[in-house]
Amino acid sequence: MSQHVVKHATLSNGLTVLVETMPAVQSAAFSLLVNAGSVYDPPHQNGTTTALADWTARGAGNLNSRQLLAELDRLGIQGNESAGTQHMVFRASCLAANLPAALRLYGDIVRKPHLPAEEFEAVLSGVEHGLLAIEDEPRQKVMVELLRRCYPHPWGQPSEGTLEDLPNITPESVRNHFERCVKPDKAILGVAGNVTLETVLPVVESVFGDWTGSNNQAVPSGTVSPVREHLDHESTQTQIGVAYPGVAYADPEYYAAWAAVNVLSGGMSSRLFTEIREKRGLCYSVYATLNTLKDRGQVLCYAGTTSERAQETLDVLRAELVRLGDAIGQDELDRCKARAKSSLIMAQESSGSRASSLARNWYHLGRVVTLNEVRLEIEALTVQKVLDYVHKHPAQDFSILTIGPEALK
Amino acid sequence: MQFHHTTLPNGLEVVAELNNDAYSVAFGFYVKAGARDESGDVSGVSHFLEHMAFKGTERFSAEDVNRIFDEYGADYNAMTGEESTVFYSSVLPEYLPQTFELQSSILFPTLRQDDFDMEKKVILEEIGMYEDQPSSVAYDKAMQLHFSGHDLGQSILGTVASVSDLTSEQMRSYHQEHYRAGNIVLAVAGNTDWKTVLELAETHCGHWPAGISPRSTAAATHAAQTEFVVKDQCQQEQIIQLASAPSCTDPRRFAAELLTVIVGDDSNSRLYWELVDPGLVESAECGYYEFEGAGTYLTFLNGDPESTRENLETINRLYEAVNAEGITADELEQAKNKIATRIVLRSERPMGRLSSLGGNWLVRREYRSVEDDLATVRGVTLEDIRLLLKDFPLMQTTTVGVGPLDKLP
Repeated sequence: MSQHVVKHATLSNGLTVLVETMPAVQSAAFSLLVNAGSVYDPPHQNGTTTALADWTARGAGNLNSRQLLAELDRLGIQGNESAGTQHMVFRASCLAANLPAALRLYGDIVRKPHLPAEEFEAVLSGVEHGLLAIEDEPRQKVMVELLRRCYPHPWGQPSEGTLEDLPNITPESVRNHFERCVKPDKAILGVAGNVTLETVLPVVESVFGDWTGSNNQAVPSGTVSPVREHLDHESTQTQIGVAYPGVAYADPEYYAAWAAVNVLSGGMSSRLFTEIREKRGLCYSVYATLNTLKDRGQVLCYAGTTSERAQETLDVLRAELVRLGDAIGQDELDRCKARAKSSLIMAQESSGSRASSLARNWYHLGRVVTLNEVRLEIEALTVQKVLDYVHKHPAQDFSILTIGPEALK
Repeated sequence: MQFHHTTLPNGLEVVAELNNDAYSVAFGFYVKAGARDESGDVSGVSHFLEHMAFKGTERFSAEDVNRIFDEYGADYNAMTGEESTVFYSSVLPEYLPQTFELQSSILFPTLRQDDFDMEKKVILEEIGMYEDQPSSVAYDKAMQLHFSGHDLGQSILGTVASVSDLTSEQMRSYHQEHYRAGNIVLAVAGNTDWKTVLELAETHCGHWPAGISPRSTAAATHAAQTEFVVKDQCQQEQIIQLASAPSCTDPRRFAAELLTVIVGDDSNSRLYWELVDPGLVESAECGYYEFEGAGTYLTFLNGDPESTRENLETINRLYEAVNAEGITADELEQAKNKIATRIVLRSERPMGRLSSLGGNWLVRREYRSVEDDLATVRGVTLEDIRLLLKDFPLMQTTTVGVGPLDKLP
């Protein structure tokens, strides 16, 4: 597999810049992670970060709100700002030639937003509409609510915010969040596309070089106990969310954990799809995925099924999760490896996905992870290693959340 | 990029856009068989048949199909729409022959009765899932009303009743009528060579039955109609409105695409500034959809139920202003740049090129390179938009609401 060159530099203010050069594409993309995510939302003001993300794009630098969006369109820059758990995330994709302009515009959005007082009401109203939309989509809601229950506060609180906290959020609290948290220290800028570090770095220096400060607030953590909960909702299907402990991305056993989840739910020959959908016709949609914070991870499972078949679905799902510890076939692991090989190679066709991965890997591991390294890690997996992992981290201590007309046993 | 085309003796159209710099190769079978081709008593058969393809043939069992695709790390799926069923895969070039053999063979599935009965349950679950999604309910109902009495009004999924009543014999006869080589386009994009494509097509598709099944593309007439589907449990009201727009063979479709981006894109459009930016609604968008013999402008609104009337009136005022005064040169320029970037970014992956290649050939027997699309978009003038609006003004002909409302307040 041919290798893209990845280079990095860290500015004196703490901002790390990672650049992957992709000669075969015309585009470039970046993903900027700023240590200002929803875990820093003030108490009882969950939604502060998401409000700030919306507010930052309503005028920045020399441009008002309309001028800013018009300029992004004129340059063909597809960008967005969002709240994540640990970070505020600023992303953009464009033709490679317009990357410097994109970085300059986003430099203003991140560092010099106007945060106009007269637009604050519209910002909060937008956040509220977004939350009401989740209420109307139980498939989405079940996973939001499951995360809230399987990670300790504030790590599980929804980065989109919470309806009941919205009235407590004021312009001052959001401005204050900006002043305290949006700082270059620990910020990570992943860039990928038809560009090089040599050409990108001077632009980054000029845009972000004189930015200063750090967000040193400690975020509490702790442990949670498994919960069983049902939320009533009038609907055709019952939404089922199941979570149990996995490991973090930085854990030495991460790739074994990844393979275990892929035996369950990677591709249509995987166990959950085969047993729940193909053999029993219980679901249209069923999956498991490994979700990781910096210091811990959870396996999240989803199934949606008509309510009268929901109990059977949950029973089969749990049984399959537990059964993984009995045996794993060499053929199952081989298919995981084959799928990984394809997706690693195809990842080289997307500048946006590479930019995000670079930044995310740096956050979790503090170093560059090449696609080749990932390939070698996956090739080195054996059935025994995956089983050892499963025995060490068996599927148990389930947190189970259901949404639908009736609670399950 | 190199374009190739041939027609096999049985009528199968083969098109390819090959690129040796790509990491992967994507291929798809575009079958001219969708909801509009179903007679009333087999509503949902095209989509159900798409599922049944993956249940395999005499040679490949359902488990074989899922397993083999995963063994080669294929990224594959299928989708059914109003006018076509598409089966596609994206693979590493060395696995093209094996995945091609499998993918092509499942277009002629065995339709075993026990598989049929099991998959019916999955389809009913899928129907249940969409029933719980207000926007899906609104789209289905809006198409049904807007194209009432016309074959474009037929539901893709069908209903619980129509799918429950469907027999494998009915599916077999639908398959025999529509899955004939003259109704199918094989499209290939990415890293392979034309000789390989031809050999694969001749070996695996050369024996397919010849013939085509004609489709009526009679014009539809639309009487203004409004209907509300009450879902008390919803927080917001979702509205879909449809109106006439150019058909898929009308050269004005590019102008229609630009117009709807200017008026109703999700950011920096007239609807965005009027309704979304001030926080009045969750979404307000306008899009353009093309079909054979018909096209639609689709307006989507999601927001507080009590302000629905006012918001629809705002949209009406905005549409009337556009119909009367057109748009500005500056708006047109921004929209061109926005669309041009989307075209380029999408085309970086073979999968992205495939949908353009296959779709263009299926409905228009036309090859359009990325450069062709960019040049056409660049060439659209204010006069083109004016002429478009004269024949196809922005309207709110058919209205469907899903949410708490039983009528406009």
